[in-house]
Amino acid sequence: MKSIEASPELMLPGRKPIQLVDENGSAVGDLPDERVLRSLHRGMVLGRRFNRQATALTKQGRLAVYPSSVGQEACEVGATLALEDNDWLFPTYRDTVAVVTRGVPAAETLTLLRGNWHSGYDPYEHRVAPLCTPLSTNGPHAVGLAHAARLRGDSLAVLVFMGDGATSEGDAHEAFNFAAVFNAPVVFFIQNNQWAISVPLAKQSKAPTLAHKAIGYGMPGHHVDGNDAAAVYTVVSEALARARAGHGPSIVEGLTYRVDPHTNSDDTNRYRDPSDAEPWRASDPIIRFNRLLGVDESAYAEEADRMMAELRAEMNKDAHVDPDELFEHVYAEPTPRLRTQRAALRAELAADRGEA
Amino acid sequence: MAQINMAQALNRALRDAMTDDPNVVVFGEDVGPYGGVFTVTDGLTAQFGEDRCFDSPLAESGIVGTAVGMAMYGMRPVVEMQFDAFAYPAFEQITSHVAKMRNRTRGKVALPMVIRIPYGGGIGGVEHHGDSSEAYYTHTPGLTVVTPGTTADAYSLLRAAIESPDPVIFMEPKSRYWTRADLQLPARTDPMNRAVVRRTGQDVTLISYGSTVQTCMETADAAKEEGWDVEVIDLRSLAPLDEDTVCASVRKTGRAVVVHESSVFSGYGAEVVATVTEKCFHWLEAPVLRVGGFDVPYPPKDLEEHQLPHPDRILDTIARLQWEDQ
Ligand SMILES: Cc1ncc(C[n+]2csc(CCOP(=O)(O)OP(=O)(O)O)c2C)c(N)n1
Ligand SMILES: [Mg+2]
Repeated sequence: MKSIEASPELMLPGRKPIQLVDENGSAVGDLPDERVLRSLHRGMVLGRRFNRQATALTKQGRLAVYPSSVGQEACEVGATLALEDNDWLFPTYRDTVAVVTRGVPAAETLTLLRGNWHSGYDPYEHRVAPLCTPLSTNGPHAVGLAHAARLRGDSLAVLVFMGDGATSEGDAHEAFNFAAVFNAPVVFFIQNNQWAISVPLAKQSKAPTLAHKAIGYGMPGHHVDGNDAAAVYTVVSEALARARAGHGPSIVEGLTYRVDPHTNSDDTNRYRDPSDAEPWRASDPIIRFNRLLGVDESAYAEEADRMMAELRAEMNKDAHVDPDELFEHVYAEPTPRLRTQRAALRAELAADRGEA
Repeated sequence: MAQINMAQALNRALRDAMTDDPNVVVFGEDVGPYGGVFTVTDGLTAQFGEDRCFDSPLAESGIVGTAVGMAMYGMRPVVEMQFDAFAYPAFEQITSHVAKMRNRTRGKVALPMVIRIPYGGGIGGVEHHGDSSEAYYTHTPGLTVVTPGTTADAYSLLRAAIESPDPVIFMEPKSRYWTRADLQLPARTDPMNRAVVRRTGQDVTLISYGSTVQTCMETADAAKEEGWDVEVIDLRSLAPLDEDTVCASVRKTGRAVVVHESSVFSGYGAEVVATVTEKCFHWLEAPVLRVGGFDVPYPPKDLEEHQLPHPDRILDTIARLQWEDQ
């Protein structure tokens, strides 16, 4: 491995986004092996179905809100499949497909967006942090966990997702800088879908690409075609391997597009022309892989149907919520005040039910 | 017995905690070889090495956010905010993550971490070096907020804070860093969540914490000449508030004054007054009053004597508690 520190220009991204499979589905670089290509394809097909199903569930009142990643599945799936079992993932609210790809059950992944609790899975079980809503604040968490692992001599890497808009936040800067100074095993995956709700990328940053930010912190930045799952997988895998081997953090920017509205309750007509999304529909990551592999979505239709039926069944059940639980996890032990409040709420509810 | 000051007691607490538990790590701004601007981390890097006590880049949100990730991995980070007002960049991490992680994850992820914040005035600091920011934190469910009023408590409370399964905001009254006491360490005082009666009295209860505990003790001495027998309570833990100790005292004396440095409007004292009024109403002989800072931004050095509670002002306030012979 060339010493990047000795030649800072190696930290700069290339002139064009890294691409291994072009829009026509032709290989234009060294591809991962066939088995990986198939799991990327499968993950994206299932991810697309999950996106569609979750948005449908909002219309049926079964999910409070859903930020879709339609069109971004190559980033969600490609980056996540690059993780090893020991590694950690720090997702945002947008990254439910990544979380499901990591193996978290779909219904548990959607707990936050369903509104029956703020997070539905055990982070330690799958090594996935809770979905993070305050923009870029998951960055320092990822750095801290990675730094702790390094101090203990554990070999692992941490992948943290951020949006293009989130890179304007102070915590993104602080996380990049801490990671570089600590030589922490972190990969920052910036999912550049070119929109932050209604604000286009041009209003977030004057950087040539977001990957160019990396050199300012003394780490490599890679600019990747975010609709090419093979490229995302390969570049993130290399960055994670570099981190695990003790060579420090990297930024990987996946250039993609938010084809759907910000969430189901957003109206894109207020800020962008419907024709803007057209070229991105044409460079759809799944179509590209259908062409590359010579099979289409139907290869996974049965599996997807079964998963979506299970998810619908789960989400159509009335969520069980327990008012007592409001008080249970605020501290290791509820304080006297919380016990009093819990008793008061119990009494209020008993009175509502007509009990004495 | 040795004469030691509060900064030394805190230093000893960190040293002992790091010796007892290899998961305890200390980091922040200038806390490494330099030993912290108030010398609280003096010598820790030399004794425990760079991996256990280190300087981080200069960014408070990054410090607290990194500590969150380290705690998730099973460490017990103790981080220093250099001064009260310089903790504000970390406010989002503290309120949105430190305070909420256990609840958000239904108890799966605990964050045993301590955020040390030197706070309050009285040291002739320039702007941004004198804030009493405790109420921002006590208003945030999920945080434990404690502050020592004595040198012995500085040691004991910091040890307890580091051992706590929950995140603790540890507020250090910087005007008391150099207060000496005869102490044999290690020694534990009362449990972290308990208030303590520092001086017993029959006529009126002064309720305070941090730097103004000492001010109240001085006031109690002076009050004897006025014929008032004053009880002084050191709250120690602001969140949770030990209501039982406070109420037992107020029910005995029937009169109470809350004393703190911070501005009174929406200050911590308002919570104490509300609690006492609710729980001790029938025992009260007079409204519960507050002595605190004026509702102004913390003043410059040459004016801070007017802002800080002092015995005369506390005595004047005691005098307004509707005594029968008035
Ligand atoms: C600190 C903070 N400020 C504002 C918001 C509200 N908000 C939620 S998503 C969003 C846009 C984020 O855009 P980007 O980072 O590009 O991610 P994307 O939604 O496109 O995936 C905003 C402003 C927030 N969640 N956190
Ligand atoms: Mg975006």
